[in-house]
Amino acid sequence: MNYFKQDLASLHADLVAKKYSAKELTQATFDNIKATDPKIDAFLALNEDAALDQAAKIDAAGIQDDQPLAGIPVAIKDNIVTKDLTTTAASKILANFKPVYDATVSTKLTNAQMVTIGKTNLDEFAMGGSTETSAFKQTKNAWDQTKVPGGSSGGSAAAVASGQVVAALGTDTGGSIRQPAAFNGVVGMKPTYGRVSRWGLIAFGSSLDQIGPLTRGVKDNATVLSAIAGHDDHDLTSSTQAVPSFASDLTDAASVKGLRIGLPKEFLGEGVDEDVKNAILAAADTYRQLGATVDEVSLPHNKYGVAAYYIIASSEASSNLQRYDGIRYGYRAQDVQNLEDVYVKSRSEGFGDEVKRRIMLGTFSLSAGFYDAYFLKAAKVRTVIINDFKAVLKDHDFIMGPVAPTPAFDLGAEIKDPITMYMNDILTIPVNLAGLPGLSLPAGFSKNLPVGMQLIGRPFDESTLYKAGYVFEQNTDFHLQVPTLGGQN
Amino acid sequence: MANRINRDQVQHVASLAKLEFTDAQLDAFTPQLDDIIGLFETLSEVDTDGVEATSSVSDQLNVMREDVADNWGQSQALLKNAPDAARGFVKVPAIIDESEDN
Amino acid sequence: MNFETTIGLEVHIELKTNSKIFSPSPVAYGADPNANTNVIDWGYPGVLPTTNKGVVADGIIAALALHATVEQHTHFDRKNYFYPDNPKAYQITQSDKPIGHDGWVEIDVDGVKKKIGISEMHIEEDAGKNTHERDYSYVDLNRQGTPLIEIVSKPDIASPAEAYAYLEALRQRIQFTGISDVKMEEGSMRVDVNISVRPVGQEKFGTKTELKNLNSFNYVQRGLEYEEKRQQQVLMSGGSVQQETRRFDEKTGETILMRVKAGADDYRYFPEPDLPALNISDDWIKELGDAMPEMPTKRRERYVNDLGLTDYDAMVITQTKEMSDFFDATVALKADPKMAANYLQGDVNAYLNDNHVDLQATKLTPANLAGMINLISDGTISSKMAKKVFKAITKGEEPKAFVEKNGLVQLSDPAKLQPIIDDVLQANPQSIEDFNNGKKRAVGYLVGQIMKQTHGQANPQVVNKLLMTALQQ
Repeated sequence: MNYFKQDLASLHADLVAKKYSAKELTQATFDNIKATDPKIDAFLALNEDAALDQAAKIDAAGIQDDQPLAGIPVAIKDNIVTKDLTTTAASKILANFKPVYDATVSTKLTNAQMVTIGKTNLDEFAMGGSTETSAFKQTKNAWDQTKVPGGSSGGSAAAVASGQVVAALGTDTGGSIRQPAAFNGVVGMKPTYGRVSRWGLIAFGSSLDQIGPLTRGVKDNATVLSAIAGHDDHDLTSSTQAVPSFASDLTDAASVKGLRIGLPKEFLGEGVDEDVKNAILAAADTYRQLGATVDEVSLPHNKYGVAAYYIIASSEASSNLQRYDGIRYGYRAQDVQNLEDVYVKSRSEGFGDEVKRRIMLGTFSLSAGFYDAYFLKAAKVRTVIINDFKAVLKDHDFIMGPVAPTPAFDLGAEIKDPITMYMNDILTIPVNLAGLPGLSLPAGFSKNLPVGMQLIGRPFDESTLYKAGYVFEQNTDFHLQVPTLGGQN
Repeated sequence: MANRINRDQVQHVASLAKLEFTDAQLDAFTPQLDDIIGLFETLSEVDTDGVEATSSVSDQLNVMREDVADNWGQSQALLKNAPDAARGFVKVPAIIDESEDN
Repeated sequence: MNFETTIGLEVHIELKTNSKIFSPSPVAYGADPNANTNVIDWGYPGVLPTTNKGVVADGIIAALALHATVEQHTHFDRKNYFYPDNPKAYQITQSDKPIGHDGWVEIDVDGVKKKIGISEMHIEEDAGKNTHERDYSYVDLNRQGTPLIEIVSKPDIASPAEAYAYLEALRQRIQFTGISDVKMEEGSMRVDVNISVRPVGQEKFGTKTELKNLNSFNYVQRGLEYEEKRQQQVLMSGGSVQQETRRFDEKTGETILMRVKAGADDYRYFPEPDLPALNISDDWIKELGDAMPEMPTKRRERYVNDLGLTDYDAMVITQTKEMSDFFDATVALKADPKMAANYLQGDVNAYLNDNHVDLQATKLTPANLAGMINLISDGTISSKMAKKVFKAITKGEEPKAFVEKNGLVQLSDPAKLQPIIDDVLQANPQSIEDFNNGKKRAVGYLVGQIMKQTHGQANPQVVNKLLMTALQQ
């Protein structure tokens, strides 16, 4: 079976028609992962026995027409807790940790009868943009194994791009779904804050984190989002807004005619690679040709997003990660003389450098004497950035721009230089600060590496983004190009 | 380089965060943190007079749970995950400072 | 040198809810260690808190009961610190927008009334419990997440006696709302105390010390009295008071240094991003206010002004809401208020103390107490007989039925008593003579004889009246 020619709808049709069983599909997925993962290193754990059992049960019950996801394998980023399946957040401090409960998204996927294949690699606690801060392995870009897969959802993006799975879940705090999707030439959605329950998502920046799907195509992405979205009594910040069937609008009738699109001048400014810029300008032309208006707009405070974000996200993270103290679960240092040792040694040995850096930044930003100048100031700048978006989205249906200033960079190139690494997030971060939906989709190539385009919408208007993305996909062929790997290719 | 944070402050923040660093790590970390804090300070260019802080972008307000008790029956599984446990308690090296105890 | 004292009290009150403040785990005592815990209580990766509506309601009720302003735009904050009984290493509490602020309670020390201000009150989660043994400590998270209200006084308390009175006023008012048991001995009321002294006329407050291990109102007062004197002596001998935490020793009545405070703690408070803000509506506040029981001060006024009780009686009756409710219900059944108050303070309290029970846990009912009092008032039984009847009503028996069953009915009918009196007089001519000779003692003897004849059932008042009439003829 070659997934590159398959999408959710065609797999579903085959399963309903019994061309193959869910168990056969699941087995083929594991075979494929075993063949390709030595090159990609996307997975931290495979769920082989349980997945095959689950698939067999699904086969026994029969797959109905109205179960579009039943029997289809899915991969889950390893900062989303899965009962009975190790969840590590790619950190030594949670090595071999078995959660005793399921994340809401995991429960929802199970209810939709998707088969959880395994857990994908990420930057430790999702802190990073290259998956290089993982304590366990280095995931490679599906297109070029000397390049980073992006991050922090690098494992999920590479797994989808390399054809290991058709769908995976990622998480996005400052671009962690959209940027790896762009680097790997797949589709990634960071939904509106509150669209998807965070129950079971290992918190990084609680006011920024969202779970979303990574898939090869826009329609698949929409189908998975409908399955995982919705209010959850376990997450009081999750919205009670109704969840549309996002995929149902994605037909030949879908059109962008009459839509007004904003293209912020700040998104194509200094530091943005020429090829990336050209791809976005070409995409703007495509939209114009399809009947939309594209205006240059301004998000004047965009450049402050990185600083505001690293203060807010690190502050929240410093608090969220205090629970990893060696007391109740996870790693406890062995050579301890007293309680203070348990704390300090467990945490110092258990966390990697980037995580420590963020904890330090956050602790500093919240500490006595610095709170007003850092945390509070950042929270106010956040309001200013939100207002910038509001002003543009008042008379524009969505905003378009690049996902990242450059295509995937070399492994090891930036990891030693935090500021350069942080500045890479300049185009994705403001979207998290404002809680808006952001869709990343393939929009071109630069030296054989994919270039991604980002569509940013009004709160809870993922539908417009999917529609615009789908129409773009129908009129371009970037998403049809696939990397060359071993295994099934 | 502007000295926005020095080694002693880094040490102090580390102690708040229950982290320890070797001298070599401190040497590497201090200028890095200093640079990043320099980046943070660019926020002072933004006029935020009269601007409210945003601490959440959730559209929810006043959501609460009814006061109904429900024991999820997880205590055995939780204890099994503890690095050290005895008689149903989580076990830790003796707490010497009892000042936080009630 | 003359000194003035400033005392600050932080009172933690444990709320009587069904579930914890941020998790649905039951709030219950005496369970096996960690039995009432779930992934939220353990601060597991990925868990989120959910706000218990009952706790917010209780916070509003407490604010109303303490004359505080309810903060209608409120939210929770995180207070960060590491401790084994604090699983997330942060406590969810309220820092910049506490649910209530600027309240007061009135105290009365030796007849002098004074208002003590309350700067704020906030709702928060309790921590678990650590048990210490030689080389290890043992953590039980059952208490983790139990809802608390912390009430912080303004620096208005000027003496240990005022501190005691403030605690008593606070305890009573909260107890009447029913949101907490407010019992220090059971840990549902906990008190942190700080005290400073300064020479009279000095503007700046003195350096304060904190006192720990104050497990009763008495200990609070004694600890403060000791500490007040200690600080005065330090200052008078030219020394200076250190900012420190001291422990009250129940045996010696002294305070002992625990630790010197190096600097301010840095809890790195910030708004809790996992919980949406609360907008408390006027309607909700009104609804809770309307449903609130009458407070003890109001009841005391009513008891004194309308029912003729003494201040002292009114105070004793309003110690607990249960007692006060019981009194009101008894009086509503036409029992004489004074008698009802006397029985509650006397026999009922003695019974509760002897059996170590709360009023609501007994078989006593207002209907039976009122029934008994009414039997006394209408002369059916004597106060002496009532002793037996009281015993019966503590077992849940209906007084009238009990009296009839046991023939305890008092003989008050003159037509029945007169022949007995006549017989006794006839049999005791010497007593009549003694009476006529001015020996009043003879009356007592004759009454005794009549009571003997009637097996104690004769109504003494009626007997007295009939006897005197007969003797004076």
